[in-house]
Amino acid sequence: MKNIWIIFSKEMKSYFASPIAWLLLTLFAVVFGYFFWTALEFFTTMSMEIQMSGQAYPINVNEQVIRPLLGNVSVLGLFFIPLITMRLFAEEKRTGTIELLATSPVRDVEIILGKWLAALGLYACMLFFTAINFAFLFHYGKPDWKPLLVGYLGLLLQAGGLLALGTFISTLTRNQIIAGAATFAVCLLLFVFAWVSGFNSATWATVLAYFSVATHDESFARGVLDLKDSIYYLSVIFLGLFFTARSMEALRWRS
Amino acid sequence: MITVNALTRRYSHTVAVDQISFTVEKGQIVGFLGPNGAGKTTTMRMLTCFLPPTSGTAQVAGYDILEQSLQVRKRIGYLPETPPLYTDMETAEYLRFAGRLKGMSGQELDRRIEYVLGRCSVADVRNKLLGKLSKGYRQRVGLAAAILHNPDVLILDEPTAGLDPKQINETRDLIKDLAGEHTIILSTHILPEVEQTCQQVVIINKGKLVATDSVANLQSRARGVETTILEIAPAGGGLLDDRMPPVPRISGPGKPQTSVLDIDRIQRTLTQVPGVSRILLREQRDNSAIFETESPRGALVRGDLARAVIAAGWDLNELRPGAMSLEEIFLRLTGGDVAQPQLVPPPAAPEEPEAHQEPNA
Repeated sequence: MKNIWIIFSKEMKSYFASPIAWLLLTLFAVVFGYFFWTALEFFTTMSMEIQMSGQAYPINVNEQVIRPLLGNVSVLGLFFIPLITMRLFAEEKRTGTIELLATSPVRDVEIILGKWLAALGLYACMLFFTAINFAFLFHYGKPDWKPLLVGYLGLLLQAGGLLALGTFISTLTRNQIIAGAATFAVCLLLFVFAWVSGFNSATWATVLAYFSVATHDESFARGVLDLKDSIYYLSVIFLGLFFTARSMEALRWRS
Repeated sequence: MITVNALTRRYSHTVAVDQISFTVEKGQIVGFLGPNGAGKTTTMRMLTCFLPPTSGTAQVAGYDILEQSLQVRKRIGYLPETPPLYTDMETAEYLRFAGRLKGMSGQELDRRIEYVLGRCSVADVRNKLLGKLSKGYRQRVGLAAAILHNPDVLILDEPTAGLDPKQINETRDLIKDLAGEHTIILSTHILPEVEQTCQQVVIINKGKLVATDSVANLQSRARGVETTILEIAPAGGGLLDDRMPPVPRISGPGKPQTSVLDIDRIQRTLTQVPGVSRILLREQRDNSAIFETESPRGALVRGDLARAVIAAGWDLNELRPGAMSLEEIFLRLTGGDVAQPQLVPPPAAPEEPEAHQEPNA
């Protein structure tokens, strides 16, 4: 446990000591800020039109602002997650520092968990920027905070799974670009697998769509804590970390 | 302190380390010697639990590298060939991280960091980014991290590679200083380094153990015979070669001479010199040949050799005592990166053309 913390804090320090973390956070804040502004603008225009027409359409901040924005965050993660994970192991392999870690009295699983938690920590920092934006909603309106919390939990679980896969891919190469590109491709595929269920109802299509991370974030975004979807994300996390551990062991055998 | 038992490591196509066994006593400095690619780094990586062996095993500080890997890792300090430094960390920060990885904390860690900063003379760069340090400083920071937790065993992979001569000497002195407190294995392909710093040598080549002995033993083995190097040319310098245009001789009647050196005759002549026990043909050039003779220590054969060569009508271009060093032994044992001296085959009987004629039945 102590060792996980040592690795975690080292990784966090190295994210924030270099421009990586600051750059990612800034870019994310800018892009999300734009999304937030458009969503809010659309919402206020719509509510004014409804008021003027004098009809009582149900409008809801949770449904019409928060929920689509959480969906946007999940898609944004697709671009940011490879950038977070690509250096985790590839960099250590390239510079040889992996030899320090692997010859220290630290278990592989502690190294992996420390690094993965640090990646998740950086992602959580990004989510914090969305929370700043959402805070304005609470100041000017009365959205329900419980669905928002469940939405955040869903985002963390989803990112956790993709970050675990990214961590695994980072152990496969010493080249960060390759690790990043491969992670992006895998994340993208995991998103768009959901599309097949739109035009094909065969069993394979249903199965493929089930494997998509995008089919499982709906319930969270609606504020529903679904056991099935939680288990899906937890299994992706577990599988990703498990593969990472196997890969680290193979690294010892091959290198 | 270290017992290596039939340690073997195979990669997909090659055997990097083949059945190596040796032991190291506590407090000793062992030189791990071999040409590049001999399997030094692979062996060290197995001893430090970075690579698992394909077969065989080893005990380090009383613990098995396979069964009790974490215990071993607590008790070793390892400096890989390129120091494993995080370029975005400062020296002291890096040492703190390395120390915590080794399980140290609190005041003990602070104290040890101060100690190794001084010991490895890196205190002046304690707040510098490791990425900006020179090679010599990086090497010493790596060494500081390796000795930080006061390990029983220090494993240093080419600790002086890439350093300038002054830094090499400082590093060697530091390593010598560390012996006694630590058992040290250091790999190198520089022989004087072993002669200067180590008590024991383990020589490996192509993954196989070639020799393991104390430095003193190997040296006395090396110094048991004296060698003399002679360069012999045909009279007149053997200038006239078929491929060269005839050069007008300035002095003397200079009979045009096209004879190539008669190696067999030289060998026969030199063997007759009292005291010479063995003759090696080291190199044969167009117009001369270099021989190496061995003789018992103190036999003083050089004068006789010179007289014998002149008397036989050859030119003696060079005559000097051969340096029979650890280098020589090393090259002989490992098959050498340079041309290995060969034993001149015993003079063969001149081939008779008649021999080819089949007797008619």
